[in-house]
Amino acid sequence: MTPIVEVRALHKRFGELEVLKGIDFTVAEGEVVSVIGASGSGKTTLLRCLNLLEEFHQGEVLIGGEAIGYHTRRGQRARMGEQEIARQRAMTGMVFQSFNLFPHMSALDNVTLGLTKVRGMPRNQAIELGDHWLERVGMLERRDYRPSQLSGGQQQRVAIARAIAMNPKVMLFDEATSALDPERVGEVLETIRSLAQEGMTMVLVTHEMRFARDVSDKVVFMEDGRIAEQGPPERLFMHPESPRLQAFLKTSSF
Amino acid sequence: MDWSYFFNEVMNNRDALLHGTAITFAVSLIAILAGTVLGIVIGIAVTYGNKPLRWPARLYIDIIRGTPVLVLVLATFYVSSAVGLNLTAFQAGALALTLFCASHVGEILRGALQSLSRGQIEAGRAIGLTFGGIFRYILFPQALRFALPTWITAAVEMVKASTLLSVIGVAELLLTTQQIISNNFLNMQFYLLAGVIYFLIDFAIEQVGRFIGRRLEQPTRRMV
Ligand SMILES: Nc1ncnc2c1ncn2[C@@H]1O[C@H](COP(=O)(O)OP(=O)(O)OP(=O)(O)O)[C@@H](O)[C@H]1O
Ligand SMILES: [Mg+2]
Repeated sequence: MTPIVEVRALHKRFGELEVLKGIDFTVAEGEVVSVIGASGSGKTTLLRCLNLLEEFHQGEVLIGGEAIGYHTRRGQRARMGEQEIARQRAMTGMVFQSFNLFPHMSALDNVTLGLTKVRGMPRNQAIELGDHWLERVGMLERRDYRPSQLSGGQQQRVAIARAIAMNPKVMLFDEATSALDPERVGEVLETIRSLAQEGMTMVLVTHEMRFARDVSDKVVFMEDGRIAEQGPPERLFMHPESPRLQAFLKTSSF
Repeated sequence: MDWSYFFNEVMNNRDALLHGTAITFAVSLIAILAGTVLGIVIGIAVTYGNKPLRWPARLYIDIIRGTPVLVLVLATFYVSSAVGLNLTAFQAGALALTLFCASHVGEILRGALQSLSRGQIEAGRAIGLTFGGIFRYILFPQALRFALPTWITAAVEMVKASTLLSVIGVAELLLTTQQIISNNFLNMQFYLLAGVIYFLIDFAIEQVGRFIGRRLEQPTRRMV
C-alpha cells in the first residue's frame, strides 16, 4: 500500500544555514508518528515542509502518493502554482503551537470557513459538519464564542476541529500543547489521543515524552537536521542506540 | 446686517450653489471611492508584495503623502496636458485627489494589516485558501475594523482638499462661493453658508462611516 506520507532525501536551507540535511521517512495509513529532538533540530521545519508552508530545496515529499510543491519541467525543478499548492495543502491538516484561530470569527465559523470557501460545501452542510467536529472535540456548547472568549485549551481544540473537518489524509501537530497552561494540557492531549485511536494518521512534534511513548506507532528522533534514530517507541525509549538519543532522553522529563 | 438681501442673493444664486455643492460632492466621492480601491491595492503590495511590488508601492506612498495637495493638483493639471492627456479641470482634479487619497488609504491599510499576526495567514494557507481568499475572509475584515476611524478621517480630508481644485478653475463650492461674493460682497454670509455645507457633507460621511462600523461590530456569522 502507498504510504500516506513519504519523505525522500529532503533538504532545506534558510539562506546559508542548512536545517534539514537529508530526511527520509514514511507514515503509513492510520499510523501515529512522533517527532522528538532538541530545540533547533529541525522538527518544526520538517512539519512545515510537509504542508508546503516552507519551501525545500532538494528531495521529495509525497502525500498519498502525490509529489507536492514542485514539478520537473524540461529538467528544471520548479515550484507549482498557487492554486495547485493550495489544493495540496488541504490534503494535510495543521495544528499550530499558537492555535492561530481567526479572531474575528466564532468557533463554528473558524471550522466552516475552509469547508465553504475551499471545499465549496453549501453553508448548511458545512454547519452540520462543523457542529459534528466541534462536538467531537467537546466544544459544541461554545460554537458561537470568539477565540478571545475561550481558554487556550479550548482554542486549540477548535483549531483541531478546524483542521480535521477538512478531511485531511494526515494531521500534523506542532507542539500543540506547548503554549498551554499546565492544567489545560491534558484536555488537548486527550483529544489527540482519541483521534489517534480512531485511526487518524498523524505526525506529532512534541516535547511530551510520555504521550509520545503512549500514542505513537513510531518515533523519529531528530538531531541537527537529520534523523538520528527511528523505530517503535518501546525500542527508542527503552533501548536507545545512539548516544545522542540516550543523552536527550536523560534531559527530558516524562 | 441685511438678512433679507442675503436670502435674496441665496435664492438668486441657488443654481450655482447647488451646482458647486454637487461638484464638490462628486469630486470627493470619486476621489474617496477610486482612491480607496487603488489604496487597497497599494496597501496589499506594500505589506505582502515581493520586492518589485513593495518598493514602488512604498515610494508611491511616501512621495504622494509628502507632497502638498495643492502641488499635486497643479502638477496633475499641467503635467497631464503637457503629455497630451486632454483632461478637463474636473478630471485632472479628481485624478489628483484620487492619487492623494490612495496614498493615505495605502498607508492606513498597511498599518492595520501589520497589526495582524502572521499565524493567521499560515492557518489560512493550511486549510487550503489562496492568498486572495485569506485576504478577503481573514485579513480584510479585521483590517477594516481597525482602519475604519482613520479612513473616515481621510475621507473628510478629501472633501477639505477638494477646495484646492478652485485654483485650476473647477467650479466647486468654494470657487462658486467666491464668484458669488465678487458680485454681492456678502463675504461673511456666503463663506458661512459654504462652511455649513462643507460641515454637512463631512457629517454625512461620518454617519456613513459609523453605519459601516456598526455593521462590522455585529457577529460575523452572517457576514462570511
Ligand atoms: N524562518 C527562519 N529563518 C531562518 N532560520 C530559521 C527559520 N526558522 C527556523 N530556523 C532555524 O532552523 C533551525 C531549525 O528550527 P526548527 O524551528 O525547525 O527547530 P525545532 O526542532 O522545531 O525547535 P524547537 O524544539 O525549539 O521548536 C534552527 O536553527 C532555527 O534557528
Ligand atoms: Mg519547533
